[in-house]
Amino acid sequence: MQTETEAPVTELLSFRKVTRRYGALTALAGIDLDLSAHAVTAMVGPSGCGKSTLLELVAGLQEPDEGIVDVLGATAAADRRQACAYMPQRDLLLPWRDALANAALALECQGVARSRARVRAVPLFERFGLTEFEHARPAALSGGMRQRVAFLRTLLQGRPVLLLDEPFGALDAITRADLREWLAAALADEPRTVLLVTHDVEEAVFLADRIVVLSPRPGRVVADFEVDLPRPRSVTSTAFAGLKARALEALKA
Amino acid sequence: MRVALAVALVCLFVLAWQGIASLESVDDLTLASPVETFDALQDDWGLLMDNARVTLVEVVLGLALSVAAGVLFAVSMHLLRPLRDAAYPLLVGSQAIPIVVLAPLFVLAFGYGIGPKLAIVALICFFPITVNLLDGLRSTPPELLKLMRSMGASRLRTLRSVELPAALPSLFSGLKVAATVSVIGAVFGEWAGADEGLGRLVLLGNNQLQTPRVYAGIVILTLMAVGLFALTALAERVACPWNRKESLA
Repeated sequence: MQTETEAPVTELLSFRKVTRRYGALTALAGIDLDLSAHAVTAMVGPSGCGKSTLLELVAGLQEPDEGIVDVLGATAAADRRQACAYMPQRDLLLPWRDALANAALALECQGVARSRARVRAVPLFERFGLTEFEHARPAALSGGMRQRVAFLRTLLQGRPVLLLDEPFGALDAITRADLREWLAAALADEPRTVLLVTHDVEEAVFLADRIVVLSPRPGRVVADFEVDLPRPRSVTSTAFAGLKARALEALKA
Repeated sequence: MRVALAVALVCLFVLAWQGIASLESVDDLTLASPVETFDALQDDWGLLMDNARVTLVEVVLGLALSVAAGVLFAVSMHLLRPLRDAAYPLLVGSQAIPIVVLAPLFVLAFGYGIGPKLAIVALICFFPITVNLLDGLRSTPPELLKLMRSMGASRLRTLRSVELPAALPSLFSGLKVAATVSVIGAVFGEWAGADEGLGRLVLLGNNQLQTPRVYAGIVILTLMAVGLFALTALAERVACPWNRKESLA
């Protein structure tokens, strides 16, 4: 059973000469990219390369100064917002709501009544094995568990595109590795167009079908390659290490 | 342990009070000792309680009025930026008005009834409530507002589901301040003109040199303020269970 999504108009997520400036500072300079739908694309780059800006442009939370962002046919910011579910780095769970109500907020924002939204969130908790945490408040949850709930909130929005902004950035190494596998399984189960922003190359190689490496500010595409490894992926395989080295090399250049 | 310390300090205060009042150089008409005050509490219990009830009604209704006005003001000012910019100086200005001067004018305008007392209590109390709630509403993390926008939430949805619940502890902070000053407001209101109430009783006692009765009245007024504060703190614990931290109550 998959969460319902609206049928996309085009099968592409594209950037056409996208430039974004903040005053005198150029965050992104002439980005030209076509990302295929139903694939996981990882954007890798050093801190401050405009990765998060890129994600917010797709999400319709910002407008480019130049160029066009096209999300499955939607170019206006409001339409892009309709097409995307955005997951920020911090879980941003509301401390007064339990896990289930926090996830259900995604539906309430679309006008679904509170009790109805809760009911509709239940199957997702069952599917991802979080049933026993439904009634726990965020304060009672571990960092990894909170991030899982935040991910369910993102899924529940039922948008065709998922935008993940350093989803494991705030977690410790062990929890990160654990959650990475969990997310890989979740995405296999729930295929969407995923744009993942990270500064962790290993995370990118583990999760993505394609890796786009950005340069330091102003952000430009410096490398772009497919990750053609069978899933589930093993971080210790030679092929994995090779791709990881390739991405790291591009980052250093 | 915390309760024991607080009780010990109160005992110490009463002892010091008794000590000073027992000094030869202190006039009995200036300072009634705790023992005399306690006697007055017993002797005038009925009188004190009848008047305390009147004052308590003024305080509670005035507080309710100020909460209603404060929430309405704060939410409107939060939603309408121009209104906030325009009304803020007026809001601050409302607190600069000396209530002692204003109170008799209120009585002139609204008569001897409960009206002017409610107006004065509300005027004093709505400021801490409005300012605290407004601050609370504005302190929502920007990332959270961004997330709500990305989820397609309307302005009202964000207010209801995120900003208002997040600002609830701030509202209670304002309410705690308001609860303590509300009693002072009611006393001022009664001084300006009233037939009954603890404030009037204290003023009358002062004029008639019934010093122990004045002190008994003050004790009850103080207990009233402390009680209201404790009730507010308790309400906060019930209403914001996620926000529980060590508090006075």
